[in-house]
Amino acid sequence: MTALIIPPVTADAPVPPRAPARYRFGAPLWLLVLAALCAATAAIPLVYLVVRTTEAGLTELFDTLVRPRVLQLTVNTVLLAVAVTLSTLVLGTIGAWILTRIRLPFQRTLLLVSALPLAVPSYLAAYGWLVWFPHLHGFGASWFVMTMVCTPYVTLPVAAALRGASADLESVARTLGRGPLRAFVAATWPQIRPAAIAGALLVCLYSLSDFGLVSMLRFQTLTWGINAAYGASFDRNQAALLALVLVVLALVVVAGERRSRRQVGSIPGRSTMPARAPGKAGVVYVAVLLAAPLAGVVVPVVGLLSRLLEAETLRAIDVPRLLEAIGATLGLALAAAVVSVLVALPIAALAARYRGRLVAVIEAVGFLGHALPGIVVGLSLVFFALAAVPMFYQTSVVLVFAYVVLFMPRAIGSVRSGIAAVPASLSDVSRMLGLSPFQTWLRVTARLALPGIAIGALLVAISAMKELPATLLLRPTGVSTLATELWSRTALFEFGAAAPYAAALVLVAMVPAVLLSGIRGTAKEN
Amino acid sequence: MRIPLSVAAFVAGATVLALAGCTQAADTAPTAESSDGAFTLYSGRDEALVQPLIDQFEEQSGISVDVRYGNTAELGALLLEEGDATPAQVFLAQDAGALGALSNADLFATLPAATTDAVPAGFTSTDDTWVGVTGRARVIAYDSEVLQAADVPASVDAFTDPAWAGKFGIAPTNASFQAFVTAYRVLNGEAAADQWVEAVAANDPVIFDNNRAILAAVNDGVIEAGLINHYYWFAQAAETGAENMRAQLSYPEAGDAGSIVNVTGAGLLSGAATDADALKFIDYLVSADAQQYFVDETFEYPLISGIEAPAGLPALESLVNPELDLADLDTLEDTQTLLGKHGLI
Repeated sequence: MTALIIPPVTADAPVPPRAPARYRFGAPLWLLVLAALCAATAAIPLVYLVVRTTEAGLTELFDTLVRPRVLQLTVNTVLLAVAVTLSTLVLGTIGAWILTRIRLPFQRTLLLVSALPLAVPSYLAAYGWLVWFPHLHGFGASWFVMTMVCTPYVTLPVAAALRGASADLESVARTLGRGPLRAFVAATWPQIRPAAIAGALLVCLYSLSDFGLVSMLRFQTLTWGINAAYGASFDRNQAALLALVLVVLALVVVAGERRSRRQVGSIPGRSTMPARAPGKAGVVYVAVLLAAPLAGVVVPVVGLLSRLLEAETLRAIDVPRLLEAIGATLGLALAAAVVSVLVALPIAALAARYRGRLVAVIEAVGFLGHALPGIVVGLSLVFFALAAVPMFYQTSVVLVFAYVVLFMPRAIGSVRSGIAAVPASLSDVSRMLGLSPFQTWLRVTARLALPGIAIGALLVAISAMKELPATLLLRPTGVSTLATELWSRTALFEFGAAAPYAAALVLVAMVPAVLLSGIRGTAKEN
Repeated sequence: MRIPLSVAAFVAGATVLALAGCTQAADTAPTAESSDGAFTLYSGRDEALVQPLIDQFEEQSGISVDVRYGNTAELGALLLEEGDATPAQVFLAQDAGALGALSNADLFATLPAATTDAVPAGFTSTDDTWVGVTGRARVIAYDSEVLQAADVPASVDAFTDPAWAGKFGIAPTNASFQAFVTAYRVLNGEAAADQWVEAVAANDPVIFDNNRAILAAVNDGVIEAGLINHYYWFAQAAETGAENMRAQLSYPEAGDAGSIVNVTGAGLLSGAATDADALKFIDYLVSADAQQYFVDETFEYPLISGIEAPAGLPALESLVNPELDLADLDTLEDTQTLLGKHGLI
């Protein structure tokens, strides 16, 4: 991994005068078409939802929409998403700042540990907390646990951006008499802002779509309403309508993110802020860093273990079955990661280099799947696969495709920032030296953006490993992943029998989480 | 940028292999005209409870069963989405509402009278599109560290008393709770039901989304009582040991809407109307062997005569309610309108 170069570092390359104008209008037609095709995969659920909703008829549609409960669910959903996004943004940015600016012992380990909450599925985290505090419920609890689980989505990219950020301006600001915080906000924040906002976007969309955590902690959001519509009323039309409300919320969020991303021209300058000794505040720094791993990993895992001790189903582990589930989980996650990145590439390339309304629409559509609960995406692909490719129905092809729809947004963001960090001038040089556009893309852009691409792939892999509802609907009959095995055991209170699967799931998901912190960590050595 | 080509090649190769490996499990089209020695079952009931029974069936009949496990609501939605293209021949569901929804959508074939006659009216479909398999009584789970058995109300009407405010749990979005409210409407009339729901909603009930969560909350002392199905208590007791159960069960008096019996059941998908293997399995579910299995392993009520209910449960006969069609979705819709009116769903 030491060979990897982190995107922001490449900004240190000599910058010709025109470099800040990285966006161009008038994307080539082939790229537009390709990106639109890729984004169309993410639009499949939308088509399905519109079909189902129109089936209901206008009057039913209106009646459902104006029900006070729908309003309540929407308000709850927005509250949770906004609160979680803000708190992860603050906690993640502070964590990243500590990781890069303070000389703490075991720095590498701390970085790795702060990535670990990614490996714990939100439903497991919520369950683990309930073991300790059965009274936990409602907005506060959901907000707290979800913040702890999601913080790494901000910490990791911001830490990477901070390492690449030039400290010249901040030093100047300090020299001119600004306090440390104001100097940071004025000089460094604009440089790390795109990374922070991209992370916050993932957190926000995730908290819109999550069901496992809010159902455990009894906070009624739109996903709760969607599941209830399927579960008690068998009312697909109403479920579709609620899901459309989620889609609208997601579009607002994505549009907001695009507006506030505001590309910053890379600031030339080589110096980075020297890490300073923690002094007396060291304990506080470490405590802040460890908050998320403690609350997101240690508390729930220890809770699960304590339930284990009471369990009578702690029987011999069925090793072949466990291995089979691990194999299926790894295979599916790997396939999902590779395909997601391939589908995300054209969209990310387009969004990184070009502007325009069409570009904005294509990128926004690509993000849609992330805001929808797994059950909706799963059913829409049942609908689509049976109509279009019945021979692939209930095969892993359609399942992997569902993971792509759900998790491609995680790849789009990091691939886009990876590509955006490659100076467009390098491509021009390559073209002038006689390489074709495709060769240039492969040898220059894609190569330099590889860390961003790898990060995207790992994020997808982690999410695919933990995914449950779409997997249950679309998996080949007889194939089980760690998440489905875990589900079928906890559904029966078989904590003992569930434990090996829970442990395996967390351990397997830790592999990409650790790799993720590793990739970002290499920036320092460079 | 140096990620060696060999690594890239490995990743690509592994992906192709993973895809190919999983793809071979693809289903063949449901063309069964009679008996081909195999069928596909969608089971909305849990693997640990059902698989031993299926193994037993496979051994006795020589028919192999491909089972797809999921939860009842999701598999119901899946079957509705698949329509005639479904690879499934049989659907085993955890509640009558799901079976009724599929029956309403004309997805089930009519079962032979010989199959459905085994189960008394009130516990099975009214039009033979599905058959009841087991029964689950609605009960009140209570915190035995706070309440004595005698303090637990004999009727759900007690939960409108301000003394219970904030201390009892319900799962209004759950199918079994809605079946109970439907029963309340049928037994006591619309006006009384409206009053009860309004009073309960105003009495600060603790809202959950399923029975299991209510039971866990009673067991942890979060709430003093909750309305659940009896079977969840036995399932948890099997895991943690009955002597460690802080929650205990109280059966509302016979005739109270709070004491109705929900059924699990099975239906034959319309594409499999003539599938002898699938039909044989449904017959097996209502045979003495299978019914005894459910009594012993899942502590549910058997629905055929001649098999004793699990010890400690009130007699099924005392809970029969022939006026009530649990799968009737029109009346389910009325129930949901009622619950919606008072802000519970």
